[in-house]
Amino acid sequence: MQYSSQAVAKPYFIAAIGLFVGQILFGLILGLQYVLGDFLFPEIPFNVARMVHTNLLIVWLLFGFMGAAYYLVPEESERELESPGLAIAMFWIFLVAGALTILGYLLVPYAGLAQLTGNDLLPTMGREFLEQPTITKLGIVVVALSFLYNIGMTVLKGRKTVVSLVLLIGLTGLAVFFLFSFYNPDNLVLDKFFWWWVVHLWVEGVWELILGSILAFVLIKTTGVDREVIEKWLYIIIAMTLITGIIGTGHHYYWIGTPEYWQWWGSVFSAMEPIPFFMMTVFAFNMVNKRRREHPNKAAVLWALGTATMAFLGAGVWGFLHTLAPVNYYTHGSQITAAHGHMAFYGAYVMIVLTMISYAMPMLRGRTAANSNKSQVLEMWSFWLMTIAIVFITLFLTAAGILQVFLQRMGENPLPFMVVQEKVALFYWLREIAGLVFLIGLLTYVASFFVGNDEPEAKTAG
Amino acid sequence: MQKNKYPPGDLAIWIFILAELLVFAAFFGAYAFTRLKNVELFNYYQMTLDRNAALLNTLALITSSYFVVRAVADIREDDSKGCKRWLWAAIAMGAFFIVIKGGEYAHHFSAGVTLSSNTFYMFYLSLTFFHFMHVILGMVILAAVALKVGRGGYSADEHTGVETGASYWHMVDLVWLILFPLIYVMR
Repeated sequence: MQYSSQAVAKPYFIAAIGLFVGQILFGLILGLQYVLGDFLFPEIPFNVARMVHTNLLIVWLLFGFMGAAYYLVPEESERELESPGLAIAMFWIFLVAGALTILGYLLVPYAGLAQLTGNDLLPTMGREFLEQPTITKLGIVVVALSFLYNIGMTVLKGRKTVVSLVLLIGLTGLAVFFLFSFYNPDNLVLDKFFWWWVVHLWVEGVWELILGSILAFVLIKTTGVDREVIEKWLYIIIAMTLITGIIGTGHHYYWIGTPEYWQWWGSVFSAMEPIPFFMMTVFAFNMVNKRRREHPNKAAVLWALGTATMAFLGAGVWGFLHTLAPVNYYTHGSQITAAHGHMAFYGAYVMIVLTMISYAMPMLRGRTAANSNKSQVLEMWSFWLMTIAIVFITLFLTAAGILQVFLQRMGENPLPFMVVQEKVALFYWLREIAGLVFLIGLLTYVASFFVGNDEPEAKTAG
Repeated sequence: MQKNKYPPGDLAIWIFILAELLVFAAFFGAYAFTRLKNVELFNYYQMTLDRNAALLNTLALITSSYFVVRAVADIREDDSKGCKRWLWAAIAMGAFFIVIKGGEYAHHFSAGVTLSSNTFYMFYLSLTFFHFMHVILGMVILAAVALKVGRGGYSADEHTGVETGASYWHMVDLVWLILFPLIYVMR
């Protein structure tokens, strides 16, 4: 660790991992409720479990991004963070606000929570992923602004690199697009239209810039390849991301009351969205092959390559599967969407945060470059357990989705929704088993932080 | 030694060009298939387009590409002045294209044409506007190169940037050479 203020990243990473565990536990509850409908009812109804599962995901990824930025930016800018105190204060504000919100979901009926938090003054609640009470949303804006101020001042006063500028653009975009969560028009079409500006323009736009810059940073550090080479790749990748991703938002606009041309615009542009992800895969493997040194942190390199591969598969391939309007006509909102969602979020955003944690955490905990061999071996086990588990979750959900579309939406005698759900239950059970394997992988991951701490650092072979 | 390098310019721009061509190809394919199902509609509304303006624009872009070729030839002879002059001439041709195309858009919009008017206009506006934005981007790239040439930033030995800009501009021209017959002429 070159700058002492990078240490503020540590609590962010720890909180991220803690919330990740929570997210997975609720995922398992949710998965079981697909087959045992009244499991934990009325204590934790399906809609609440789903809300907690998805909201925790977003919140822990945000913790991860912030931690990553606090670690990365001082090193790129070659100066201390503008205000480490502000970063720590915001950490506690965000954590407490997040915890209160989740408790609110679990302890108060949602309508009651809306009333309690004065939703009628500025109605923003009730929409998927944006369920947070308005006051929590305002808190997120305050945290985001302080964070941007802190990161922005550090970048602007220090050395400006492509990596830190791309990261800054991505983070600014993240904050700006979140503001659309406050826009809640009565017209349902307009509401949905702008709702996607948060949800889509985050994950298929500005978050990809964050992903690209973190990946570039870790690859520069671990491979020793010239910064110029890596930066050139980063430029092309973000250009392609923005060209395809922004208009590609149109693939969410089919048949929701928007003009028909969105079917064409959305289909053509979103069909190209796998390209930047494919470039990222080629880029990562190329850089590692061209590496000029063996970095002792093998686990971090594995996570980086895993991100590049799984992001392409999950976001690129599984997204393409149902992005064309004529296909989406049948698959819209089916289990195929869920399959894509799981692998894309894991492959792109979960894995990039874990890549950064894997790279930075040893230094944050006082090592010079890497954890002990024992700890790394366990971490790599967790990598494979979680990654293989998510592949199976995706495959089972895809199978369930294909069957669902076939039985419920095609053919002479389409069956009702609940009848079809009964028929695909086998795949839900298999998905739940894969989910348990994922939990084992995650617990292994957590355990890797506690083993081999008194053993010497891993050395590079030869 | 630079002269024999293949592909000319930065490899990165070629990845970018190929990706761009793929997007256009997808759109052209979509146009062709949709037209098959609506031949009469497409033929009818095609007649409302200004083919003379489009022909003028075709000539403008071909001429601009020729100017760009001359610019690259000049820098290979270490003639920065000539290179700069040809680049600005090419940019002027691009500006000519923008003005003519802008006139066409003004005409259609004043007639109340929108993306939702019908499938033909949807394709016409989408494809030409997407290309229109590329002409503007190409002009920005050429201008950046021309400014650097003016500062003496390129030479016979090192002019990758000039070739990179030229490659992109030729792509913009090439796409129009497909777009023009496809949308304006073929019946």
